[in-house]
Amino acid sequence: MKELALHILDIVENSIRAGSSFVQIAVIENPAEDQLIITISDDGCGMDAKMLEQAIDPFFTTKDVRSVGMGLSLFRQAAERAGGNMRVVSQPGSGTRVEASFKHSHIDRQPLGDMASTITMILLANPRIDLVYRHCLADDEFVFDTRAIRSVLDGVSVTSREVIQFISRMIKERQNLD
Amino acid sequence: MAKLTIAELRKIREQAKRSRNLREGEGKARITVHMGTCGIASGAREVMDALLTAMDERGIRDVLVTTSGCAGLCSHEPMVTVEYANTAPVKYAKLDGDKIVRILLEHAMEGRIVKEYALAVGSEKMS
Repeated sequence: MKELALHILDIVENSIRAGSSFVQIAVIENPAEDQLIITISDDGCGMDAKMLEQAIDPFFTTKDVRSVGMGLSLFRQAAERAGGNMRVVSQPGSGTRVEASFKHSHIDRQPLGDMASTITMILLANPRIDLVYRHCLADDEFVFDTRAIRSVLDGVSVTSREVIQFISRMIKERQNLD
Repeated sequence: MAKLTIAELRKIREQAKRSRNLREGEGKARITVHMGTCGIASGAREVMDALLTAMDERGIRDVLVTTSGCAGLCSHEPMVTVEYANTAPVKYAKLDGDKIVRILLEHAMEGRIVKEYALAVGSEKMS
């Protein structure tokens, strides 16, 4: 993966397949402590201890079209390569939380990348889920919440072309401020 | 929420009520972008971006766009599946931003399969 936003897209695809209806993504950048933390939490079906152990094994997958499952192991590798680590917390019926930390200044840390594209792709593929994306850079906080968007939309879908363009502009505007 | 917001979103809502949804309703074709780990790592998001941009620029409203997971053919990603009217679905492999626009214009809009990008055309030959 060329950027962290692609890992996030991939992990959220796992959440969707686990039956989630609400997904929270947090990107917390703290240059003063040289730290970047990415957290993805969902309310999907969760995993038991055995499955949790298997989930980060690249030769384990829940799918039957192939015998490998690289998503979580690639994300863990990206974190470890940049002086951080990844952990997954999950219980059956209680959703899953994936948390990865990175050394912010590490030369091998991938750039965050195009979060506007990642968020709009998730929504286009899954129009019914609710999504909160929180990006903090030091003390500055940006929050995107589909529930707030829907409350204004009066029945218009978040996947309407005009709404998707609006969401994309909104997140890009934020990224340009960084 | 951020500054670019509610008043503008209300205006957008009124425009959106008059236009077609990207995901719902009837279209003459459906394009499914494969978005498994393999697809994402090899450029599926860029393919999707190029597709949506091309549809916007040309005002194309009757092609539905959706996504799916891995199809088990990871080395051929990025891939899409095109279903045109009532004809059989066609899988296209190893795509990029230029190829997907051609597939949109020729197959999804006109019903002509772009054979050179299709994963397979025809059947095996006996030797």
